[in-house]
Amino acid sequence: MFLELDNLHAGYGRVEVLHGVSLHVDEGEIVSILGANGAGKTTTLQTVSGLATWMSGAIRLRGEDIHRLPSHEIVTRGLAQSPEGRRVFGALTVLENLRLGAFTIRDRESAARTRDWIFELFPRLYERREQLAGTLSGGEQQMLAIARALMAQPRVLLLDEPSLGLAPLMVRAIFETVRKVNESGVTILIVEQNARAALRLASRGYVLELGRIVMEDSAANLLANPSVQQAYLGA
Amino acid sequence: MDQFLQQLVNGLAIGGIYALVALGYTMVYGVLKLINFAHGDLFTIGAYLGMTLFVSLGLAGKVPAWAAVTLVAVMVMGLVALLGWLLERAAYRPLRSAGRLSAVVSALGASIFFQNAVMLIWGAKYYVYPETMRPDTILHLFGMGIPAIRIVIIAASVLLMLALYWFINRTRLGTAIRAAAIDQGAARLMGINVDRIIALVFLIGPGLGGVAGVMVGLTYGQISFDMGFSYGLKAFTAAILGGIGNIPGAMLGGMLLGLIETLGAAYLTMAWKDALSFLVLILILIIRPTGILGERVAEKL
Ligand SMILES: Nc1ncnc2c1ncn2[C@@H]1O[C@H](COP(=O)(O)OP(=O)(O)OP(=O)(O)O)[C@@H](O)[C@H]1O
Ligand SMILES: [Mg+2]
Repeated sequence: MFLELDNLHAGYGRVEVLHGVSLHVDEGEIVSILGANGAGKTTTLQTVSGLATWMSGAIRLRGEDIHRLPSHEIVTRGLAQSPEGRRVFGALTVLENLRLGAFTIRDRESAARTRDWIFELFPRLYERREQLAGTLSGGEQQMLAIARALMAQPRVLLLDEPSLGLAPLMVRAIFETVRKVNESGVTILIVEQNARAALRLASRGYVLELGRIVMEDSAANLLANPSVQQAYLGA
Repeated sequence: MDQFLQQLVNGLAIGGIYALVALGYTMVYGVLKLINFAHGDLFTIGAYLGMTLFVSLGLAGKVPAWAAVTLVAVMVMGLVALLGWLLERAAYRPLRSAGRLSAVVSALGASIFFQNAVMLIWGAKYYVYPETMRPDTILHLFGMGIPAIRIVIIAASVLLMLALYWFINRTRLGTAIRAAAIDQGAARLMGINVDRIIALVFLIGPGLGGVAGVMVGLTYGQISFDMGFSYGLKAFTAAILGGIGNIPGAMLGGMLLGLIETLGAAYLTMAWKDALSFLVLILILIIRPTGILGERVAEKL
C-alpha cells in the first residue's frame, strides 16, 4: 500500500471532523473520494498534508508513519497537494509559483527538467510564465495549482476539486492532464464534485459521509450503483 | 536653493532611518498579521548598543572612525537580529495558535520589558554619542557644507534596502517569505517550513532596526531611552503610508515621510514638525487606507 489512512480521527483545533476514516491507495492508482458538501473530503486531504489537526489513527506513506510530521517534511517524502480553491500566490508570477513548488528540490537540473515537462503538459502556462498568477483565468490558475504541486516531484498527488467552477471544455482538459500525470507514474487521490468524470478516471472510489467512509468499491461498480447515482451522479 | 538642498539631504537621511525601521514593522505584519510593538524598543537597544560597543571596544583613535563605525554597525545588526529572533521564540511563537489578541498583549508586554531593560542597564537618561565616533568630515557640494556622515547614512540605508529588495525578489528564501505572507497554508504545501520563515523575518527586521538606531546616534548625536516610541510611531506611519505588509512600500513611505517632515518644518512651520507626520497618517487612512503601494485587502487576506 502506497498511501494508507488507518482509523483516522482528525479535525480543526478541538473539533473532530473525521471519525475514523480508513482508506488506501496503491502504487500507480487513481482513487476518488466522493461525498456531499461538508462530508470531510477536504479535511481528509488537509490532514494527510499535515495542515489539519491529527487526533488519532495513522497515516502511512510507503509504510512510514507521517501523521506526526510537519507539513514541509511530508512534501519532502514525496506527497504534494493541489488544494481546494487553487490558492496560487496571486501577487507572484507563474514562474515564481512554479519555483516555490520546487522549494524542496535542491537539485536545480532536475527541477529544470520537471519544469520543462510541466510546460509540455501545460503550454498555456509557458506562454504566461511572466504573468502574475492573480491575473490568470480560473482554468489557468487550476493548471498552475496542479503544475506547482508537480514541481515537488511527488510520488503521490492529492487533488481537491480540480474542476470546480470551470467551463466544460476546461474540465475535460484538466481531467486529461490528470490522466497523463498518472500515466507518468504519479499515484493520485482525487476529490471531485464532478463525480462521474472522477470515477471514469479512477480505478476505485470511496464515499465519505459525515466524516465516515460508508462505501468502498471499484469505480465501475460505484458508477453503476443506484444509490451512488442518485446521491452523487445526479441521475 | 542652498537651503533646499540641505533640507533634501536631511530629509533623505531621516527618511532612510524611518524606512529601515518601517521594514521591520511591515515584514512582521506580512507574515504574522501582527504589529510588533517591541520593534521600536529593539531600535532603541540598537542605538545604545552602538554607543556601548564603540566605547568598550576602545576603538577611538586606534582605527579610522569610518572603519570603527562600520564595524560597530555590523555588530549591532547581528546582536539586535539575535534579540529579535529570541523575542519571536519567547513572546510570539508559544502563542501562535492562541489568537490575535494574545499576540498583541504579548507584543505590548515585550515592549515594556525591553524599555525597562534599557533603563535598568543604561539608566533613564539621555546619552550623547562620543565625538570620536562621529566622523566630522564636511563635504563641500554646490558651495555648501554638508556633513559627510549624512551622505554616508543615506548611502548605507539605500544599500541595505537594495540588498533586501534583491533578497526578497530574487532568492529562493526571499520568494518563500513573500509566499508565506500571501498564504501560509499554501506555503506549507510547497514544503516551506513557515516557522523558519517567521524566524528569518524576525532576524532581518530587528537587524535593520538596530542599525537605524546607530544611524540616529551618528546623525543627531543624542539618544534616549524613550526614542523608540517617537521613531517607532513615525516608522509605523511610514509603513502604513507605503501600505503595511508591502516591502517597497515601507521603503518609499519612510523616504517620503522623512522628506515631508523635513521640508514641511523648513518651509511651513517648525512647531508642526511632528504633527505633520500624523496629519499624513490621518490623511492616508482617510484617502487611501491601503497605503500608496498597498494591495487590495482581498489579495492580502
Ligand atoms: N478551518 C476549519 N475550522 C473548523 N471547521 C472546519 C474548518 N474547515 C472545515 N470545517 C468543518 O469541517 C467539516 C468538513 O469540511 P470539509 O471542508 O472537509 O468538507 P468537504 O467534504 O471538503 O466539503 P465541500 O464539498 O464543501 O468542499 C464541515 O462541517 C466544516 O464546517
Ligand atoms: Mg472540500
